[in-house]
Amino acid sequence: MTEETVAVTARQSRSIGRDLLGIGAIISAAAIGYLLFPDNLALLTRIIAIALLVLSLDLVTGYCGVATLGHAALFGSGAYAAGIISAHYGIADPILMTLAGIVGGAAAGLVCGVIILRAHGLPQLVLSIALIYLFHEFANKASSWTGGSDGLSGISTDPLLGMFEFDLWGQTAYFFGVALLLAVLMLLRVLVRSPFGMLCRGIKEDPLRIIAMGASPKTALIKMYVISGAVAGVGGALNAISTQVVGLDSLSFTLSAESLVMLVLGGGGSLFGALTGTVVFMLFEDYVSAANPFHWLTMVGVLLIAVVLFAPKGLYGTAAGFVACRREKRP
Amino acid sequence: MSAVFEVLNLKKAFSGLAVTNDVTLSMATGDRVALIGPNGAGKTTFVNLVTGNLRPDSGDVRLNGETVTKVDAIGRVRRGLVRSFQVTRLFQEMTPAEHVALAILQRDGRAGAMYGNFLSMPDVMDETAALLGTLGLVHLLHRKVSEIAYGQQRLLEIAVALALKPRVLLLDEPAAGVPQSDTGRIEQALAELPADLAVLMIEHDMDLVFRFARRVIVLAAGTIIFDGLPADVTKNAAVREAYLGSYANASHAA
Repeated sequence: MTEETVAVTARQSRSIGRDLLGIGAIISAAAIGYLLFPDNLALLTRIIAIALLVLSLDLVTGYCGVATLGHAALFGSGAYAAGIISAHYGIADPILMTLAGIVGGAAAGLVCGVIILRAHGLPQLVLSIALIYLFHEFANKASSWTGGSDGLSGISTDPLLGMFEFDLWGQTAYFFGVALLLAVLMLLRVLVRSPFGMLCRGIKEDPLRIIAMGASPKTALIKMYVISGAVAGVGGALNAISTQVVGLDSLSFTLSAESLVMLVLGGGGSLFGALTGTVVFMLFEDYVSAANPFHWLTMVGVLLIAVVLFAPKGLYGTAAGFVACRREKRP
Repeated sequence: MSAVFEVLNLKKAFSGLAVTNDVTLSMATGDRVALIGPNGAGKTTFVNLVTGNLRPDSGDVRLNGETVTKVDAIGRVRRGLVRSFQVTRLFQEMTPAEHVALAILQRDGRAGAMYGNFLSMPDVMDETAALLGTLGLVHLLHRKVSEIAYGQQRLLEIAVALALKPRVLLLDEPAAGVPQSDTGRIEQALAELPADLAVLMIEHDMDLVFRFARRVIVLAAGTIIFDGLPADVTKNAAVREAYLGSYANASHAA
């Protein structure tokens, strides 16, 4: 028994060590980004907002195995919820707007989850695509609320905590984004390691086995969808707060598909995989599209094919597997 | 002793063909029953009807006196009817410890907890280690299932079922696909099953049946043609006919 206890303690301290390492890595990445691109903080903030969307997608696709190409519905709902309470009700406190984003995203998550989870495999994918088009069209038609194809403007934000004005250079928005990302990430680390997280991994592998254990895969997946919606909603709200406009593109199929590409690129089923994929994709997009505006999509395609063929677990997943393998070989 | 598990006049037909035809049986606490029958006898359908994966056309299933015919598969597990699978259904990416801990947490209604980790829950870890210890799997606690031998996976399948603390256990060919050299450990595990558990084992391996069961039920063409002591099964004319003589001359009964 003592041997096991030692092994368990070692495992736990290793995973806490990994957590600290991850948080340290994000803070240093944020600091490096700030120092390297002081006049492009808007891009970095956008990366954080999209990272929250990809993390949210990772929860249902990477951890639970749900196939979806409509996940931007959750992100866009959060963005519109945050934007609408500011533009139409004058609630401009960024924290309250974020909370509205969480509620909006979670509500969209509940709706999408209940519908998408009725099917499996290909029909599930088709349902998700149908949903994102419906959300998009609904936002387009409800133009008195959403601004339709012109986008929702007139969003204003009060200073954060009454102290930090959202400045023109996007510094406040950037730090707010980093803080949100860290908070979400820490909560999700707790979630994916919890019994519920373990249950979801089981559902991904074999839902029938889970039923034979007396648990309901559907209930668990719907809960996960609501949580996923809340996370995507934070991303949407951050986007609304930092850009002060919400466009229909935040509820688009393109954004949904891109977020899936980012997840595959980084590696699903791991939170840091989702982050890695987002950062690599968005920076790649930014650089390559500036360097070669005509062929940048081709290059993204080639990168994706290379990853899928040679590193099917994604960039982070493959690297982590490599490190674990090296560690195993060491006596 | 009162029946813990009863099947009453269970019937199921697929497009007119009766696959389970008026099956009635009853089991008490501590029973060790083997359900045998030639291929196509309807054993799998019977299991699916009992576990709630299929709806019967008529008839009832009762657990502890409660009629559960309209209760779904999940509800039946929660009422103490647990099955193992003929082809192991384990989570390849997860460890034996995670499997058993998940079953324990689910049994205690804690599998939905969104914080904490079973590794730091002493009660769960102790029970997990103890259960895997009795099955000789404790050294594999934290290995991935995809890395452990098939015979050990079969034992883990039993461990998961036991972790749910069932009252009735359905074992679907617990030794299927395991090399002869490894069946001893499984037989030992079967012999050490809790005494207060009612066990219904579906099995092809007659040696195993004769060593394990204190009662044998023979299913042929969806109907029970024999229900009695293992010693009498090979002497029964109907059973011999059902198997077309393949076991007719067997001397296991001795």
